[in-house]
Parts: sequence; C-alpha cells; structure tokens
Amino acid sequence: MSGLTYETVAQIAQQGGLIYFGAVFAGGVAYALWPKNREAFQRLAHLPLQDHEDPDVEA
Amino acid sequence: MWKHHTKLERNSLPLVLAILIVVSIGGMVEIAPLFYLESTIEKVEGVRPYTPLELEGRDIYVREGCYLCHSQMIRPLRDEVERYGHYSLAAESMYDHPFQWGSKRTGPDLARLGGKYSDAWHRDHLIDPRSVVPESVMPPYAFLANKPLDYRDIQAKIRAMNKVGVPYTQEMIDSAREDLETQADPFAGSAKFLARYGAKAQQRDFDGNPDQVSEMDALVAYLQMLGTLVDFKTYQAEAPENRR
Amino acid sequence: MTTQSAQTDAAPLNAVLLYALTGLLAFGALMATAFSDDRLFRFHGWIFIAAFVTALSAMTVGLSSGRFRSPQDQYADGVVRAGVIATMFWAIAGLLAGVVIAAQLSWPTIFYFPEAGWLNFGRLRPLHTSGVIFAFGGNALIATSFYVVQRTCRARLAGGAWPWFVFWGYQLFIVLAATGYLAGITQSREYAEPEWYVDLWLTVVWVAYLLVFLGTIWKRKEPHIYVANWFYLAFIVTIALLHVVNNLAMPVGLLNSHSYSLFAGVQDALIQWWYGHNAVGFFLTAGFLAMMYYFVPKRAERPVYSYRLSIVHFWSLIFIYIWAGPHHLHYTALPQWAQTLGMTFSIMLWMPSWGGMINGLMTLSGAWDKLRTDPVLRMMAVSIAFYGMSTFEGPLMSIREVNALSHYTDWTIGHVHSGALGWVGFISFGALYCLVPWLWKKDRLYSNALAEWHFWIATLGIVLYICAMWVSGIMEGLMWREYTPQGFLANSFVETVSAKHIENVIRTLGGLMYLSGALIMSYNLWRTIRMPSQAPVAQAAGPAPALVAAE
Repeated sequence: MSGLTYETVAQIAQQGGLIYFGAVFAGGVAYALWPKNREAFQRLAHLPLQDHEDPDVEA
Repeated sequence: MWKHHTKLERNSLPLVLAILIVVSIGGMVEIAPLFYLESTIEKVEGVRPYTPLELEGRDIYVREGCYLCHSQMIRPLRDEVERYGHYSLAAESMYDHPFQWGSKRTGPDLARLGGKYSDAWHRDHLIDPRSVVPESVMPPYAFLANKPLDYRDIQAKIRAMNKVGVPYTQEMIDSAREDLETQADPFAGSAKFLARYGAKAQQRDFDGNPDQVSEMDALVAYLQMLGTLVDFKTYQAEAPENRR
Repeated sequence: MTTQSAQTDAAPLNAVLLYALTGLLAFGALMATAFSDDRLFRFHGWIFIAAFVTALSAMTVGLSSGRFRSPQDQYADGVVRAGVIATMFWAIAGLLAGVVIAAQLSWPTIFYFPEAGWLNFGRLRPLHTSGVIFAFGGNALIATSFYVVQRTCRARLAGGAWPWFVFWGYQLFIVLAATGYLAGITQSREYAEPEWYVDLWLTVVWVAYLLVFLGTIWKRKEPHIYVANWFYLAFIVTIALLHVVNNLAMPVGLLNSHSYSLFAGVQDALIQWWYGHNAVGFFLTAGFLAMMYYFVPKRAERPVYSYRLSIVHFWSLIFIYIWAGPHHLHYTALPQWAQTLGMTFSIMLWMPSWGGMINGLMTLSGAWDKLRTDPVLRMMAVSIAFYGMSTFEGPLMSIREVNALSHYTDWTIGHVHSGALGWVGFISFGALYCLVPWLWKKDRLYSNALAEWHFWIATLGIVLYICAMWVSGIMEGLMWREYTPQGFLANSFVETVSAKHIENVIRTLGGLMYLSGALIMSYNLWRTIRMPSQAPVAQAAGPAPALVAAE
C-alpha cells in the first residue's frame, strides 16, 4: 500500500467530504425539523421540569 | 420485557451506532492516510534506532515529565530556525515510541540540543539548574547523579521496541546489556558497538563518575544525541521529494 | 448482569457475579504482584490487592445483610451521593495540585526539593491535569449522568450493584493514575499518562459504565431519549473509542509497568492530539453540555429554549469536533493537508458551540430576575458565558497564523483554564449546589451567602488567571520572535522566562482564589448535608426562600 499519492487522496477526500458533510448536516436538520417530531420535542423540552420523586414502574 | 427491546432497537442502539460512525469517519480520514501516503515521512539518511543507553535515558526523560515543559519540534519559522536550528523533520522522530514533540515551552525546545553544551554543563544544570541559569524555573534533578541505572530489563525493552516496528536486529537485542555498558565506559572496546549503531554514536563517561552507570549517564547520553542524526549539510530541504 | 433479575432476593445475581469477579481479580493481582520483579509494578499490584480485598470484605458484609437489593420503585441515589462527595474531594485535591505547581513556577527556589524527585513539576503536573479532568470532572459526569438518566427515563439505574462497581472502579483508576505519576509511571501522552494495565482497568470500568447507562435507557417509558442523555452517550462511547486507540501499546513485559506506544513520531502525534482534542470535545464539552441541558432548565424552571436547536447542536458538535485535533500540530512535521483540515473544522466548530451557548442562555429567558437572587443559577449562566468565550478563542487560536504566535506559550494555558475553570468548573459546581439539597432531601442550601462568596471569589480568580496568561503568553510569543534592528534575535530564551515572573505570581493567586471558592463550597455543602431533613409539610423558615429546590 505505498502507491497512494497526495493528489488522489485529496481528490477523493474533497469531493466525498463535501457530500458526506452535507448529508450529515441535512440529516440532522431534517430530523430536528420533521413535523412528526414536533410534539415529542415539545414534551421532551419540558421533561426536566416535571416532578418525579420515584421511578415509573409498571403495575 | 419485549416492549423494552423494541424500544432499544428503535432508538438507543441506532443512536450509539450513529455516534460511533460519525466520530470514526473523522478520525480515520485524518489518521489513516498518514500511514499510507509516501510523502508523510521524508527519506533521509542517518536516522537510527536509539542505543540501549539512550533508550534508558529517554525513558527517564519520559518518567520525569520533561515533555511537559520542553518541546522537541522546531517549526519552520525564521526565529525558531535561528534560535534552535533546522526545522524538525518527520523522519527524525520516526522511531519515537511515543513521540516527544511536546506542546509547551516553559523551557526551550530540545530537538537539537545534542552537542550544544558540554556533559559537565548538563550535569551541573540538571543537579541545580539555577547554578548555571540563575533565572531558570526548572526543577532540580540532583538524585539522578546518585541513582544507579536499573537496566535489568533493557533487553525486554529493545525487544518491545522491535515488536512495534523499530528495526533493531537480533544481534542488537542480544547485545543490549553489553552495548549499554560499553557506551558509558570510555575504556571499553567500541568496535562492535559502533558497528551496530554507527560511527556517530557517542561513547564516554557522561556523568563524570566512572564508578557506576547512573541515571545521569543515561539521560545525558540521550540529550547529547538529540537532533544530531541527520546531516543538514547534505539534506536538500527544497528538493521536490522533500517538500510536503 | 440482567437488569430485571432477582430484585427481592437478598443476594441478587448481579451482586454475586460482581463478588466472584472481585475475588478472581484479587487472586490475579496477588499472583501478578508476587511474580513481578519490577518495583513499580509491585507497588501498583499492592494497591490493586488492597482495593480488591477491601471490596471483597465490604461485599461479604453487604451480601449477608441483604444490602444489594435494588427496589425498582426507588431511584438508586446512594451511588449518586457518593459521586457528589467524591467530586468535591477530588476538586480540592486537583486544584491544590494546580496551585502547588503554579507556585513552583513562581518561586522555584522555595517549592522544589532537590532530593525529592516525586515532588517536581514534571510529576505533579499530570497529577493536576488528571486530578481536575478525570477525578473531579469524571466524578461529576458519572454522578450527574446517573442522576439525570434515572430522572429522564423514570427508571432505577440498571445493573443492581454494578453502578457501585463503576463508582469504586473509577476511584481505583484515579488512585492508580495519581500514585503512578508521583512514582514516575507514565506513558508521556498528555491527559492519557496512565500505563497500559491502568488503561485496561479503565476500559473494563468504562464498558460497565456504558452498559449501566444504556441498560437504564432501555428501561424508559418515553419512546424518545432526552437530549442530555444523547450528550452523555456520545461522551461515554467516544471516550471509549479514543481511549482504546490512543493507548495501544506494547508492554515491556506482562509483569512490567512500562510500555512503548504502538505508533511512532508523526502518526503517534496525530493520534495523541486526535485523542487530546476530543478529550476536550467529548469529556469536557459533550458531557458537561449534558449537565447544562438538564440542570439549567431544572433550576430556571423553564423548558429548553429550542429543543430542535439542541438536536442540531448535538450532531454538528460531535461531527465537527472529531476533526479538529490537528490544530495542536500547526507548523510541525505533520503534513500540511492535515493541518489545514484541522484548522478548517476548528473554525467551523465555532458555530455549533455558539448554537449551544445561545440555547443554554436563552433557556433563562423569562427567568432573568433569578440571576440576581440565586447565585447557583448565576454560576451556571456565567459558566455558559465562559463556554461561549473559550469556544470563540479556540477557533481563533486554531488559525495557523495566530497559532504561530500562541503555540508553546502560556496563552494556551490561559485558554484551557477559561474553559476548565469557567465552563467545566462552574457548571459542575452549579450542578453540585442543585444536587446536594435534592439528594439529601433538604429544602435549601445551608448558606446562600457562602454560595455568593464562592461565586465572586472564584470568578475573580478566573479573571486574574486568564488575564495573567494572556499577558504572559502573548508577551513571550512576541519576545521569542523579536529582532534587533541589526537583524539578530533580541532575547535569549531565559529572558522570556524571567519576564513572566509577575504573571506567574498573579496566576498562582488566581488559582488560590479559585481553590478557596471550592473549599467554601465544600463547607457549605457539608453543612447542608448535616442540616435536619426537610419536613414534608411545614416549610422551614429559612432566610432564602428563593433557593427552594425545584423538587
């Protein structure tokens, strides 16, 4: 494995990196803004404020 | 129970997996090419594995945490090159397990310390830094001079270094103890030692005390070889194969 | 360690397994110690033996008296209480070590002892860094994560006795690391100095930690996982990965304390700083952001400002942080493409960091008045402000041209401490001030006034510290590159050392003030624990009703 030159690696890394970086960011934003998640996120945002002295055990 | 497992599969394990993937890719893309790209380490002559005595000295350097205040990495900036010497090459630390580049200069860079001061200066400076540099804030290392070097496991050390890729020969491993004692003794026969480690390897009584091989001997032997292996009179820094 | 097994049994399976494992480990440690001819290895062997034998005796008593029952309708708070006390203890130990080494640099003729090598700066400095990062910070993270994951999943910690294994196993790791540094057992990898067998021990503890944390998440009722737990998970998982890769090494012998890194030179340097920078990113940032996302809303009694932003914050932070390591190696023999990559991502890192800061600070909207009356909330708000400041300074220093000046100087030290003292320290102190009344069922702190004293002394201490380091760092950087009109270097190296004396003294003073603040806090929290317990109906007539805990 010694034939790798800087130029080939740089090309793969620059093009692939751009796509990969865009994809991860788009994925994160999409998940955050997905309409179906809105209600759950509202509930979660208030989670620390709810009192719970004891664990919630199934009866 | 089953309900929990569906939840586990739906959320927490994909989350762990996604975290692992995201953090692994970043690391791999940056680190892996360093092992494969030919241009990472320059092809230079003169860099050799540490002699047994130097290796023991290096272990003392590590043990005492010298790297916390002294770098061994000269940057290619005008003032650094003029203050310390030619900028450091990747090849110069290719046998450094672990590297000692450092991150802080509470004291000066040591990458090219070798040969700049006499053994006696190093001895005095290590015993009481302020006796030779009054404003120094360096700790004193007087105990090194009295402490005999414990080199019972020098062979195991060289063998371990060999296992991680340092090109020590079987002969070097076998004669590790002998080479260590030879290097610290100016009256010992040096032919075999020099044949193994090169004519530039330094052989003398580094701590000025012929009665014992002390930790001071080892540390000074290490400090006196730092940055001396590559001959910069012949090294072509501007040659295309050395530009990165 | 199945989580649901044997809850009513006096000797549940998980505890019996732990008992057996401890016995095996004790035997293994005894054998290893007996057969090693390495003095340092034997020294640590004895510590292992002492720890395992103590654990065995304690567990013998515990198992026979039924103390390992884990009632599922109660939170496991004993281990969190222990973690809170350990956090306070190690905070003082780590900060004290820092003050000592600062004094050594200020007054070398007084604080060095020529024949006592183990008290030299090089031995004590890892004691300070590991003491504050891993002992203080790590205990704060483990304790708060155990508290938060239970509350946000509404489930008792998984694993029965194993959370206690995580706690005590981690303390053993700290003791081994600390005694090792003093004895000269080190790998010389910054913030990863412990030797190979201590690293292996930490790996075992860490896997147990991950399983306890995940197991608790698996018991939750809410289908989604609260975002603080995302940050804790990223911290635990990534630190495991970093720790294992960075510590790959070849021991000199199986019964020898020394090892050589698997990697060398330039590769070793990048792996170490990939680790080193992400220890900052995932240990000192992600973990403490988890703290922020639970304790700030709870204390302010306001929901997270934008939950969506917290998700974008999470993914962009962990995605970008992992790339930033090479900025520690600007202008070195590391290939320039790697330096450029590291710098680019470091600058991008500014954005998610400030997104998180805004999310944390804006959570206080509608509760700004509480900053006047509640020193604990104020401490957390100031910590978020310091987070914003140091995550602006970091990208700035990662620019190659700036780094050419700042690298190797005290500026870096100042930068680290604005993050460590300001962000990590203050958010942890804030969490401790919240947790102690909640865990020991008190309706308030012992003294609000003492918390005010802590806040102001510590804040002033930080300001002194970082200003001194800015001045000395930029000064020495400029002095190193200063030329005379004739074109010669203007200063010898030692002139730049002596020029920093007054800043070193101010730094020592700043650190001493910060330590004093922590001592005041410990006294305050100790007295809080000793107060009579909260009466369920009658409100105690405390002087500071504003400080009634949210629970």
